[in-house]
Parts: sequence; structure tokens; C-alpha cells
Amino acid sequence: MSNAKKAEPAAAAELFILHDQVHEPMHDRFLWATMQRRDAQAAAIPEWEELRELASKIKEHTLTHLDHYLEEFEANATKRGAHVHWAMDAAEHNAIVYSILESHGVKELIKSKSMLQEECQMTPFLENRGIKVIESDLGERIQQLDDQPPSHIVFPSIHKTRQDVAQLFARKIGTDPNDDDPHFLTEVMRNNARPRFLAAGAGMTGGNFAVAETGTFMVCTNEGNADIGASVPSLHIASIGIEKLVPRVEDMGVFLRLLARSAEGEPLTQYSSHFTGPRKGGELHIVFVDNGRSRRLGMPDFWHSLKCIRCGACMNTCPVYRRSGGLSYGATYSGPIGVILDPTFDEFKYSELPFHSTLCGSCSDVCPVKIDISDQIFKWRRVMAKKGYLPLVKRLAFAAAGHAFGHPEEFRLMEEVGAPALDYAPDFLLYNHSLNPWGRERQLPEPAKQTFREWYLANRSEHGND
Amino acid sequence: MTSPISVTNSSTIQKNPRVGLFVPCYIDMIFPEVGIATLQLLERFGLDMHFPLNQTCCGQPMSNSGDEANAAAAENLFVKNFRSYDYIVGPAGSCVKQVRCHFDTIEQTDDVRHVRQHTYELVEFLHDILQVDSFPWAEFRHSVALHNSCSSIRGLGIAKPSEIMGEPFDKTASLLSKVKGLVIVPVDRPDDCCGFGGTFCVTDEAVSARMGLDKVHDHLRHGAEYVVSPDMSCLMHQQGIARRADLDLKYIHVAQVLNGGPF
Amino acid sequence: METTRSRAAILNAIRYSNLLLSKQEVELPQIPVFQRADGPLKPEFEVHLQKAGGAAHDVGSVAVAEATLKALHLGAKVICSAVPEIIGTRRASEVNDPHELADVDVGIVRAQFGVAESGAVWLTQEDLIVDALGFLSQHLIVLLDPNEIVPDMHAAYCRVRLNETAFGCFMMGPSATADVEATLVHGAQGARSLNIFFISPVQTAD
Repeated sequence: MSNAKKAEPAAAAELFILHDQVHEPMHDRFLWATMQRRDAQAAAIPEWEELRELASKIKEHTLTHLDHYLEEFEANATKRGAHVHWAMDAAEHNAIVYSILESHGVKELIKSKSMLQEECQMTPFLENRGIKVIESDLGERIQQLDDQPPSHIVFPSIHKTRQDVAQLFARKIGTDPNDDDPHFLTEVMRNNARPRFLAAGAGMTGGNFAVAETGTFMVCTNEGNADIGASVPSLHIASIGIEKLVPRVEDMGVFLRLLARSAEGEPLTQYSSHFTGPRKGGELHIVFVDNGRSRRLGMPDFWHSLKCIRCGACMNTCPVYRRSGGLSYGATYSGPIGVILDPTFDEFKYSELPFHSTLCGSCSDVCPVKIDISDQIFKWRRVMAKKGYLPLVKRLAFAAAGHAFGHPEEFRLMEEVGAPALDYAPDFLLYNHSLNPWGRERQLPEPAKQTFREWYLANRSEHGND
Repeated sequence: MTSPISVTNSSTIQKNPRVGLFVPCYIDMIFPEVGIATLQLLERFGLDMHFPLNQTCCGQPMSNSGDEANAAAAENLFVKNFRSYDYIVGPAGSCVKQVRCHFDTIEQTDDVRHVRQHTYELVEFLHDILQVDSFPWAEFRHSVALHNSCSSIRGLGIAKPSEIMGEPFDKTASLLSKVKGLVIVPVDRPDDCCGFGGTFCVTDEAVSARMGLDKVHDHLRHGAEYVVSPDMSCLMHQQGIARRADLDLKYIHVAQVLNGGPF
Repeated sequence: METTRSRAAILNAIRYSNLLLSKQEVELPQIPVFQRADGPLKPEFEVHLQKAGGAAHDVGSVAVAEATLKALHLGAKVICSAVPEIIGTRRASEVNDPHELADVDVGIVRAQFGVAESGAVWLTQEDLIVDALGFLSQHLIVLLDPNEIVPDMHAAYCRVRLNETAFGCFMMGPSATADVEATLVHGAQGARSLNIFFISPVQTAD
């Protein structure tokens, strides 16, 4: 049982919503607009649903033969001059990265976006050992300056207004707090980052895909920051989760047609870069990371989550995520994919996450690799209930309700007790004795003067006891 | 999301079937008019309707919270009550989804399989099985916002979800289009969840209320007088929010519209 | 070496997980050839390029190319070229260290082909000569043979030779970001602008 404090998404979401009349509506609006762009892109491709099915099957095949494809990738990448490392967990990843940097005398590192590096908490690890780490992606940099993790895997600072960013830059970089024009703020970032690229001893990236056939890994960005980081410093280190493998070059046609359309409603990201061995005059290190992935592969109900290509479409479509903001999940991965991944990192800490959903199912529908996200959320609820992680009051309520619902006479008895019948009504009313949560935002429904059953007995009584 | 057990579907309904009426617990207690409308409507088609008096609940509140152990008694009782019917029909998408999709942890006896395969939500029963092409007794001269629940759309296939690419279809709209005078208004987010989610609406109260309020505003913005749904649970949630916010929208179940009452 | 031990541990863990579940054999699917609406590829390419923030010019000849370059980038001091058609002020082939490209106003490269469904072009290390030319240049001019446009990414991946180049990039328009209030801004970190010059490769004595 973990000692970590339980993440409380409902309470955190409430703070996000109540914060003011600006942040949550903006967050919801932007992500909904992104969804609409995604829908428009998808509608323009007649074979869209077929592409999803192909992507899903390619990933399922790859994962069920993952050892083979990892070995094939390693052989091909090594042949081209890359160094391939293997890290069992986050600690080992960080140690490997540090050792490479240290042996090259790197004091300053510039990196592009990597959820895996975030997962490994690489930045604090390196900074504690005297290596300066600079995020080059605008959204990640904003979050780094604000000492916050990214809130969305594609749009890390989407929960912030332009005023928030302007104020932050003013505090940390010394720019005009009143100039909140996104063009100005982007230019600030450009001018701030550029000298850092030129001074950095190493560039780090993640990897969106790793192609076994040629030993190529891919990095997709809009800013081109990953490419600057890979092409200027002579040392390039890429952190790649073992589940990122795809077998063939031609498979990339399927994934690239799905990725940016799903993530942001564009046909591609501005830059889709393919790295096969080190560049001329450079050195390339690839660090494959397990960190629980091989174990997850063995979970019958949850291994499909490994198909994830980190597009974020599930977050954009999720009505709960849009109102909550990614930070409310208290984990590296938020939104629907976070709900099904995070409990594999810490079941107790993230035991509330599966309930931070209405099970509407739209996440499963937008997932480009057809992960059954919503069904997995449901299954996690069963796990949490079995493990006893449901709040006590809920367990007691269910026990009582369960018994009554299994025994008609008892159920009838509850019903007959007029207005207090609401106390024994379906669980959603039963859950909280004072009925306050329901009553706070909604008017209470009134119990009917005559139940259907009573009406039936009075009006269709010739049927008697069916 | 599709039902793991495929629902039997016959284009010609079996001769004189015995139909069991499934009235969800909250409809029984709070919205009996929906049950009455459902029964009367099905009786109009000459069906041999029965109402098992010992039914309680489909077990959804427990099941949706992952508590299979406490859901099992309700689920088994449901099967016991309904096993002898050729069709089981209920005016509630989320409850029917529960039966078809989540009765999978109790022992899969022949009775359980039969009940899971023959339980229908009202709209799909009218549209797919009875294939009703007119409702001559019904008239509803109002502008209507149509709300299909997420359970009905993505769990039962009552309409094409907007995020899936393909030929659009909407069984509820199809039926409502046969009601004299009824005008369905287009809305901005037809299948964005309204935030009810069962226990979610009390465990995640702020988010649930925000989702509901957005839904209410969407309907109002497009000039709806009534919101019609095959799922009263969603409407109960939206109505509560609308009333609290003093917004003028009326909420009614599709059974009441198709039956011409009771209102 | 520790990483060798982890390598074995990870591969074994994967094998064990897969064996444990005796997962259904999932075959690697054949990717079909999708039907496409028959239409000219160049206009489709241009539409998407524009949507991505880029622009296209039918220059046709070296003289027009030079003139267009001058018109687009009047104040440019450092023009670093990787192509024989346009000399520029600095030859990419003479650059030894990517850091030297920090002052480049305009970079000129030739792309091998374009992709109609996105407006992207394919550029490799051989095209860029120095990879950083594609990303440190404030502005980019990309020469493209108008006959070298493929319909979609499936066709594109048939043409790329990933095992023959250390770096290859599908570049779609200039750099961009929408990280501040989802407002699209061009010229984030990489090129501020990207202009495609439609011109077939010209044989010149270099």
C-alpha cells in the first residue's frame, strides 16, 4: 500500500471551475474547437475508420511481438552508428542520461517535449546534479518557469490565459507584463531559447515512433525545437518508451495520417523528423525505457493502453477533462488515458481517477489506435472496489442498497415510506445523507404521489401478480 | 462501445410475443408517467404486455461503481423476473446498457444470456423490432432539443456518434419526425455528455453541474421549448440544474411524446 | 554492463507477459491502396501549404527565382544556399559547424518531393547539407520540382529511403505554435516563413 497522498481529482476540478469565470470556459472552448477541427479533418478522409482499425492492429501485432521488434530496431540503429541503452525503470533512465552527459562534460542541456522524461522526473534529477535543463517547447517552458507539470500532453499550458503567460514571463524573464499578445510572447520565447540552443552541450528529445525495419525514430513538433536541439549541439539523446515500436516504414503512413489530425486537427505537425543513426559530426544515444510497460503488457484488461501514440484526442473530447484541467488529475498523464495508465504506477494514489468520468465513451471513439479506454475505466472501477479503495460511506451504502435491491419486499418497504423514500432511493441520491451535493446545484426532484407500480396495480390489476 | 452480446434482431416480430415491461427504479418512484406512457404506447401496438411486480433495479448504481459483489443480487433478481419473456423493454438507455453490457460477472446461465440478448431500450424496440412508421395519435407542436444519452448512443447504437465517421443516423429523431408538429432544433454539441453519470453527479458535483449547465444553455440558445430524451436520468439532472438557475426549459421523455401523454 | 542486464530483463519480461496471456495471434495487416479522388496534385498541395502558413511561387527559372527571393527578403544579409541554382552569400557546403548558421537570414534548400494532402515537403540531410540550415534560418526558401508531388503519406513513405539518410523531415510550412490560448502563431522556433519555389532542377556548372 502506497504512502503517497491520494490524488483527489474531483476537489481539484472544483477549484479549477470555481477559480473565476474565465479559465474553465476558455479551457473547455479551446479544446472543443480542437475537437471540431479533428472532426473536420477526419470527415475529409473516407478511409478514416479503416485507418484507425489498421493502426490498432499494427500496434496489437507489434506489442505481441515486442521483443522481436525491439531487437530488430536495436540491430538496425546500431548498424547506423547509434548507441542503444536499456533502462528498466525511471531511476535507471535518469542514471544513464546523467552518465552520458557527464562523460561529455555537458553543463547545459536543451530538450523538447517528452512525456516519458516527465514520467521519469528527469529534470529535477539532472538539476540536482548540476546540469541545467531548459525546455524548448513554448508550452513546456511556460510550465517549467511556473514550476508546474504540463497539463495537457500536446498543449502543456492550455489552462493558462495569455495574461497568465504575460505575467509569468514578466516575473521570470523580465518582459512587459501588459503585453499579452501571443505573437509577442512567442517571440519572447524564440529570442530566449535561441541562445540556449547555441550554448547547449546536448539536445534531448523524446520519440513518437521507433521503426524496427530501419532503426529510425521519429519526433513530431510544430515549433521545430526538437530539430534545433538535434542539429546544433553535437550530442543528441532520445528517450523512448518500449511501446513506441512499429514494424515497417510503410506503417508510418498510417500513423502520421492519424496523429496530427487526432491531436490538433491538422494534416501533420509542421515538422515530422526521422532520425536514423547520428547526424554528420554528431553522436546519438537512444534510451529505451520500460518503467512498468512490460508488466502492463501482461495485464489482460489493460495491455491495450500500450497502443497509445500520445495524441491527446481523448483529452480534447473528454467532457470531464475539459471542465477539470489536466493538473486536477495529479499525475504525469491526465485525461482518459491518464485514468487508465496512472493506477498502474500507483493503484492507491490514483484510486479516485476511474471515478472522475461519466463513462460517456467518446474517448474510445476518437482514439486513433482504438484503445477501449472507456471500458478500461469501467474495469478499473471493479479493481478499486475489490481492493476496497471505495470511500467507506459508499461501501456501506452499496451494501445496504445491494441487499434491498436483491429483495423485492425490502425494496417495496423502502418505497412506501413517502418522502424519506428518497433516502433509500437509487444510489446516486443515497450516497450522501444530507443530499447536499445534489441540492447545491440542482433543485431536488419530487417523489411522485403514486409510483408506477401503484398505478399499475390500480389500473391493470387484472394481471395480478405476474 | 458495443454490447459484447449481440442483440437478437428479427425484422418480423415473433407471433404474439410476451413482452416484459422493465420500469427502472427512479422512474417507478419519481417519473411514473414515463412508465405509464411506455406501457400505453406498447399496448397500442397490440402487444401482450406484462409487468413483473417483483422487479427492483438493474443494479447499475452499484455496478457502475465497480461493486460487482453488491450488484449481483439485483442483477440475478432482474434475470429471475424477466427470464420468461420474449422481449424485455425499458424506457431507459443506461439501464438497458447495464443489462446488455454489464451483466457479465454473474454466472452466464441460459436465462442470463436470454435476458441480455432480448432486453431493448424503448426507441430501439420501436425502431428496429416493431419498425413503427407512424404515430397517428401523437401531436407535439413545439420546438424540441433532442438529447440522446451517451449510454444510448455509444452503448446501444441509437445514433451515430459525431466523432465516428460514417453515414449519420438517429433512431430517436427518426421516430420523433413522425410526430405532427414537432420540430427538432439543431444544437451545438448534440452528443457531448450532460454530466449525469450516475453517482458521478454527487461525487464530482462541480464538474457534473458545469456540464449540465452548458447543456442547458446550448438548448436554450437554439430556442428549444422542450428537451426530449429516451433517458429520464439525464433529464432529471438537466431539469434540476435548469430549475435552480431559473431557466425556462421543459423536460419530457420520448415515450410521453410518442404516446401523446401523460404530460 | 548494467544496461545489458536490463536489456535481458526487459526482453524477458516482455516474453513472459506475452506468454502469460497467450494472446491471440494478431497478424501484421496489409496496408491497402486507398481510392483517391482523381485530381491534379499541385493545386491540392498549394491549398494545404497555404493553410499551414506557407506560400508557393511558380518561378520556373533561376532569374525569376533570384528576383522573387530579393522581393521576399529585401533586407536579408546572410543567405545560405544548399542548391546550385542560387548562389546566396554563403555556401552550405562550406559550413563546418552548425553554430555558424546562427546568423542566417534566409536558407535555400531543394526538397526531393512534396505531399499533396498536407503541403509538406521531404528534406534530408543530403538536401540540407547541414541539418541546422533547415531550422536556424530565420526564413526558408524551398525549391521543388512541380512534377515531384505525391498524393499522400502512403505514397510518401514509398519514396523515402530512411536507411540511406541520418535525417529526413516532412516539413509543412513555417514553424508554428498554438500554446498560448490556442492562438496560432507562425515563426515559433524554426523558420518564420517558408516559401516554395516551383522550379525543376537546373544543371549549372557549379
